[in-house]
Amino acid sequence: MFDFKIVTDWIDNLLRVQIGIPSFWTLAIEFIIVGVVFLSAYAVLALILIYVERKICAFFQCRIGPNRVGKWGLLQSIADMIKILLKEIISIDRSDKFLFVLAPFFVIMGSILTFAALPFGKGLHAIDFNIGIFYLMAVSSLGIIGILLAGWSSNNKYTLIGAMRSGAQLVSYELSAALALMTVVVLSGTMQLSQIVEKQNTVWNIFHGFAAIPTFIAFIIYLIAGHAETNRGPFDLPEAESELTAGYHTEYSGITFGFYYLAEYMNMFIVAAIATTVFLGGWMPLHIPGWGAFNHIMDYIPTVIWFFGKVAVCVFFALWVRWTFPRLRIDQLLKFEWKILMPISLLNLLLMALVVTLI
Amino acid sequence: MDNKIKERILSLAPEAIIEETQFISATIPSDKLRAVALALRNDKDMQFDYLQDLIGMDWGETLGVIYNIFSTPNNQKHVVLKTSTSEKESPELYTVSDIWDSATLYEREVYDLIGIRFINHPGLRRLFLRADWNGHPLRKDYDADPAKNPVPLINQTVEDMETTETLTLTNEGVVGSSFQLFGEKEYIVNMGPQHPATHGVLHLRISLEGETVNKIDPNFGYIHRGVEKMCESYTYPQILHLTDRLDYLSGTMNRHAVCLCVEKAIGLEVPERAHYIRTIMDELTRIASHLLGWGCMCMDMGSITAFVYGMRDREKIMDIFEESAGGRLMANYNVIGGVAKDIHPNFLQRVRDFIPYMRKMLKEYHILFTENPIARGRMKGIGFLTTEQAISYGVTGPAGRASGWMNDVRKIEPYAAYDKIKFEPMMRTEGGTFERYIVRLDEVEESLKMLEQLVDNMPEGDFCAKTKAIIRIPEGEYFQRVENARGDFGVFISSKGDKSPYRIKFRTPCMTLVSALSPITCGEKLADLVMIGASLDYVIPCIDR
Repeated sequence: MFDFKIVTDWIDNLLRVQIGIPSFWTLAIEFIIVGVVFLSAYAVLALILIYVERKICAFFQCRIGPNRVGKWGLLQSIADMIKILLKEIISIDRSDKFLFVLAPFFVIMGSILTFAALPFGKGLHAIDFNIGIFYLMAVSSLGIIGILLAGWSSNNKYTLIGAMRSGAQLVSYELSAALALMTVVVLSGTMQLSQIVEKQNTVWNIFHGFAAIPTFIAFIIYLIAGHAETNRGPFDLPEAESELTAGYHTEYSGITFGFYYLAEYMNMFIVAAIATTVFLGGWMPLHIPGWGAFNHIMDYIPTVIWFFGKVAVCVFFALWVRWTFPRLRIDQLLKFEWKILMPISLLNLLLMALVVTLI
Repeated sequence: MDNKIKERILSLAPEAIIEETQFISATIPSDKLRAVALALRNDKDMQFDYLQDLIGMDWGETLGVIYNIFSTPNNQKHVVLKTSTSEKESPELYTVSDIWDSATLYEREVYDLIGIRFINHPGLRRLFLRADWNGHPLRKDYDADPAKNPVPLINQTVEDMETTETLTLTNEGVVGSSFQLFGEKEYIVNMGPQHPATHGVLHLRISLEGETVNKIDPNFGYIHRGVEKMCESYTYPQILHLTDRLDYLSGTMNRHAVCLCVEKAIGLEVPERAHYIRTIMDELTRIASHLLGWGCMCMDMGSITAFVYGMRDREKIMDIFEESAGGRLMANYNVIGGVAKDIHPNFLQRVRDFIPYMRKMLKEYHILFTENPIARGRMKGIGFLTTEQAISYGVTGPAGRASGWMNDVRKIEPYAAYDKIKFEPMMRTEGGTFERYIVRLDEVEESLKMLEQLVDNMPEGDFCAKTKAIIRIPEGEYFQRVENARGDFGVFISSKGDKSPYRIKFRTPCMTLVSALSPITCGEKLADLVMIGASLDYVIPCIDR
């Protein structure tokens, strides 16, 4: 398998040894490169996801979707991006201006910080904390502050209702999502993301012998709770178009709205990516224990392709569910979390602990 | 029955003038009207529980009101009560809104357009026009000068809308008092007029407590075009074009109603073939309207896919209309005497092909949506309307049938070809959101069965009877009812022998549907309000005219 560490080491070597830049500046330049790469990857992935969603949504609805701008409508996202950058930003009369401007940044920062910790391929990650999972859960919660601030500072009753609902929903579903991830931590024995993926060398977590049962349940729970986290799918009441006219981001226009839109798509990607890393083996190719030749062939497919392929499958499930089901009401949503999902995830954690100790 | 009614009226109001044509019509002095109304409503052998329409009239010397009441237990017997007052400066009549709940909004409309004030009405304000409007448009001496009512450059204040002077009857006689719609501390949210889920320009003011709805006040008039006033200067064929634009989703049926009324008035015999064609077009329109109603209901719940599926199937019906009639949504097909031109040779075959296709799609919709646990959770057990409330509020159509009230005009007063085919009105008893939803889909299936019978038995013959170039209706008053996709669509034409009507009134099924929002939704959650509104399936231009 191609280890991306070779490339990063080469760049480091180039800057530090061959050109001879002092250590401080080498690090600074490397940070800037990483930042630029991740920000562009973030934006480009979001554009691709927007296009994919529109096409898949259209196919579900027996229609074609965008097909005029470029062949098969491929340039549609770019046209949309240019449009949203050129839009006028309408300033609201009596809003709390500082918080109003600050809110989208919280959402985007939470999203980018999570994005940066994901392992995209062997050696292809920006940060590799030894408390990786813990860091992911902590940082993805930053988005909630952004949503509450947006609803409050817009000086609008609708946005306030939407933000309240969203806050309640996100805080509740964090718990189930975290417990599902903890289940895998119990199985792997480590929180470090690259270690979790390495340990799935022989077989992916979801097929891992007897532990497959609690892992599979945790996978389903994580996918459900993760989507509730991203305000997508059947859980999009806070931004329910037909009820509150776009909820907490009603008063945002132009690129400020673009931030929320971007963050929503990327959160969907991130939820799928975390699910892939932790349950489906991340960038690890499909290895079947005992089939050496098969495993060898699987290794030839680059790890980045494996990662994005698995994420694509999870994203497809997300889109499928979103365009099929109606949305849950807020009290049904919260009842579902606290009375059904949370007890199941706690029991599941217990079950996993038993399986790991006894087997 | 007729004699009993006559005796009762005469015993309470000896000066009443009673005419008997197809229905009993009694002109009663204004101070005795309430007693007669109460007796007709509450007596065991009378039970006139459905007030279909309350029509404000300007008879020149006097201003008055015509009440159209029906008795559900007596196979919807029709009685018309009339009353008037000669006081034209500040006319006052007693309210009947405590007898029939549907009168609350009707009387506000009469106050708005004719100017009659109703004593003891709970909150008499203008309905369609701005609170500071000068004059009452449907009066014959109304001054339509734009200088009297210039277009305002600042918004009407909320206080203007919510406080009003009402008339109450006390011991000192009739006295004025002030009425405040909402309290000081109530948290009021505006829904609409521009909102993705209100099915038209409806402005609802909702008083909330957390997520629970306390009181709803609808505010109409955003699409009030003055259709009834316009019709007073149009000839009868010209009026037909305006009827499509009332409830535009059942435009064909509205046009059918006016055509039938005029044909009844001039005694014109419409050929069989025209009746069958009109019935087929009506049923296709009903299917199209229910598909759109279903799609919008699902879209309000978040399932946009279902909306697109409904639209896709509706396109097939629109194509059938376009081939025969030229128009899609506004088919402009019915004329006085029959239909505008004969059906296209492909028409019957296309309808025959559509029926099995739609059946297959209905099965898919049931699997996709009706069986879905999330959808059921959003719809079941919410938004109950009892049968008594439905009758009192005048909630007709599928919404009323879902509450167990048999109000299908096609069965009660059959018109066109409805007495020649077999069909059953779809009924449920619980009256919740889910029942209103499922009644519509059942009605689509029933309409498909009706279409099968109609296309197989289509008679040959003329498609239109010959009429004079200028149609004049003999002097008199004519009523006609038709089963719209949303309920009982009524037409009242009062003619003085001219080629334009003296007064025309359209009874809209949707106004009562919106007035029923308030009793259903109080105590439910805000998210349920959207679903209840979608299940009632009202269309606002029908209300505002």
